[in-house]
Amino acid sequence: MFHRSATATRVMYSRNPSFAAALAALTLLLASAATGRAQDSTAGMHGHGHITVPEGALYTVADVKFMQGMIAHHAQAIHMSRLAEARGANPRILRLAIKIDQSQVAEIRIMQEWLRASGQFAPDTSSWRTMAMAGMLTEAQLAELDAATGVAFDRAFLTLMIQHHEGALQMVEDLFAAPRAGQEVDVNVFANDVVTVQTAEIGVMRQMLYELSDR
Amino acid sequence: MLLARRVFALAASLLVPALLAAQTYPTNKDPRSRLAAGRHDAEIAIQNMRLVSATPKAAVHDSARGLAFINSDLAFRGRYVYQGNFAGFTIWDVSDPAAPRIVSAVSCITSQGDPSIYGNLLFLSAEGAGNRNDCAKGGVQDPKDHMAGVRIYDVSDPANPRLVKNVQTCKGSHTHTIVPHPRDDGVIYIYVSGSQGARPETELAGCTNGTDPADETNSLYRLDVIRVPLGNPERAEVVTGARIFTGLDAAPRAAGRPARGGGRGRAAGDSTLPAPRPTGPRNCHDVTAYPAVGLLAGACGSYGLLVDISNPERPVRLDAKADTNFSLWHTAVFSNDGRKIVFTDEWGGGTSPMCQASSMMEMGGNTILSIDRERKLTQHAYFKIPAAQTAEENCVSHNGGLIPVPGRDIMVQGWYQGGVSVMEFTDPDRPQELAYFDRGSIDPPADVDVPAPPSAAEGRRSRGTIGGSWGAYYWNGYIYSSELDRGFDILELEPSEHLSKNEIEAAKLVKLEQYNPQMQPKLEWPAAFPVVRSYLDQLVRWNGLAAERTTAIAGALDAAERQTGRDRRNTLHALAREVDRDVSGAKDAERVKAMSAAIKALANATR
Repeated sequence: MFHRSATATRVMYSRNPSFAAALAALTLLLASAATGRAQDSTAGMHGHGHITVPEGALYTVADVKFMQGMIAHHAQAIHMSRLAEARGANPRILRLAIKIDQSQVAEIRIMQEWLRASGQFAPDTSSWRTMAMAGMLTEAQLAELDAATGVAFDRAFLTLMIQHHEGALQMVEDLFAAPRAGQEVDVNVFANDVVTVQTAEIGVMRQMLYELSDR
Repeated sequence: MLLARRVFALAASLLVPALLAAQTYPTNKDPRSRLAAGRHDAEIAIQNMRLVSATPKAAVHDSARGLAFINSDLAFRGRYVYQGNFAGFTIWDVSDPAAPRIVSAVSCITSQGDPSIYGNLLFLSAEGAGNRNDCAKGGVQDPKDHMAGVRIYDVSDPANPRLVKNVQTCKGSHTHTIVPHPRDDGVIYIYVSGSQGARPETELAGCTNGTDPADETNSLYRLDVIRVPLGNPERAEVVTGARIFTGLDAAPRAAGRPARGGGRGRAAGDSTLPAPRPTGPRNCHDVTAYPAVGLLAGACGSYGLLVDISNPERPVRLDAKADTNFSLWHTAVFSNDGRKIVFTDEWGGGTSPMCQASSMMEMGGNTILSIDRERKLTQHAYFKIPAAQTAEENCVSHNGGLIPVPGRDIMVQGWYQGGVSVMEFTDPDRPQELAYFDRGSIDPPADVDVPAPPSAAEGRRSRGTIGGSWGAYYWNGYIYSSELDRGFDILELEPSEHLSKNEIEAAKLVKLEQYNPQMQPKLEWPAAFPVVRSYLDQLVRWNGLAAERTTAIAGALDAAERQTGRDRRNTLHALAREVDRDVSGAKDAERVKAMSAAIKALANATR
């Protein structure tokens, strides 16, 4: 039942597998070191540079861009969530904000580790200030949220976080629409989790928003 | 009036009372909180059970970093355990639980590979975008090669499983659930939960992504139903889509009151936001059928659903419960009497460390709902393992099933790297943990200096390894746990103050030839002394009956057991009559009645 595909066995220097493996390992280490330096020097700067996908990899440039972009996207959600405490959000919304914070911090770690293990540049949590992804808040919307307090904050937070989450769903749709993207298992599982979790959270936020509108 | 009641019901379901007052964990004082890391040599903490065996995965399923080769769920039949894997499946012969043997390890890229067994047919959930019709690696180059749905294998020769059919579905299959035809033994249904959007029509005809849950052509907002003629599994096909989500999209609002803020009722002309998506779920993560009571519990993202499946081709939603404290309705387990449901919350998707001391208590655990006579749901307490886990341990409530102890509602479940935990929910307001098994993290803590890995292959294990128990299930005397990364664990309960020797023996009397956790079997106990003594132990433990009576009953049972034939029968009948007289004065009259019935059954079974 075991099938070997042409792609999986197509390796450079295939007549000398051990040399090929050693070379691959060396390449991986060099790539890690290089991206490690790249991360230091470009932290906080605009996004990523040229993306190279190694021969035989199951992921595509679209997968790398998705994971990099979602780090920035998540980082802004975390920034928004941390405003909730300072702005006197009601306890249930504060709890939701803490949940989003704790969830997305963990997910950023997953994305960063996938990118690093794949020899790709992994943005840090400051990247939301320089990368614009679907659903992310504009400067004006950020200012609106920052200035609101009490029930006005609650309403703004829910409305803007729903918009933000809708953007994440859009990013996943775009990922799967790209040719051969979303097939690498870690990316696939992660992208599907984003849909599952954020769809459920949108449902929860709409319910909360409905209750606010009753006040 | 009706509308007002619905609003009230919704408000009630959203305003969950502070049920967590008693729960102050997770605590890091638990022995599970500080275990040394290691893949196959991690430190172990275990209470009220013993590790019978821990067997590594087949080599063919142990050769890549990340999630590509993790184990998934389990199914049980005869002497075999079927273990899914994102890259295929493994059939274990567990005739000797101390030394389970791999009969076959089949390579077939099938994430997430959740298995079910029915007779000689093995069903596997296929969801990943890289799954192919021909099972091969390398990903989908041509969309027509993409397999998303349910694979059917013939496993009549377990050493040589044969793929007989790939049933394609529009959303793929994240999980699936078998429901037997109520009358026709030759037909089963498979309820398919797919968490993805619909595939493009160019890939599979008839698939559409829509926003209207009631639209019959919309591939979303429906539970896909496959009909399998068991004699001709190659003719299995999707026969319908059950629209059990319709009406969950719009939050009800007070009559005549325009909605404000966001949501579906947002003021017209406000074009700064994207078009709103409906509120409710468009699919379930997982559904659990309990055919004996004609019910299905749907764990569907933002809602838990109760569904009537007396006609499996036409499921009807009876009730739905939302809870803004609960992150993601993920899986459900019924109590054996069908009056309660445990729902699990997979906060963080299973890949995140959501059981840390700082993690929110009310999320990422279980909640217990009761079903009333009108078949409506009421939410009770939450439960989360009382042990803080490290940042290296992906941890959240995950899959499990009942342990057949008469008179009590007990389930065992996997918590990924939180380990295996046994929870009692007899009192839905006071769930408690009875036993556990846990290992330290696979990876060392981030602050530990890790030597440079000797090779890239080793290096993959240094950080972020996802592992732990995907699901843990009790089957014919043992607890089987599917370890994502490490392999396959078998555990056995040991007597403790929480669970007596008699209760463990009574559980072992329940034999299931075939067991799929998402198709819940009705548990029935044979007439036997351990069953009677289980009730007696429970009456003693919880002071349900006066001590002099429980002592006398214990003595009478011992005397009856020393007898045979008609003498034993007479002693037991006399005892049952005495116990019937105990009912009225007992603190726990229901349990005394159950004990009396068990004594009578034992008397009648005595030859």
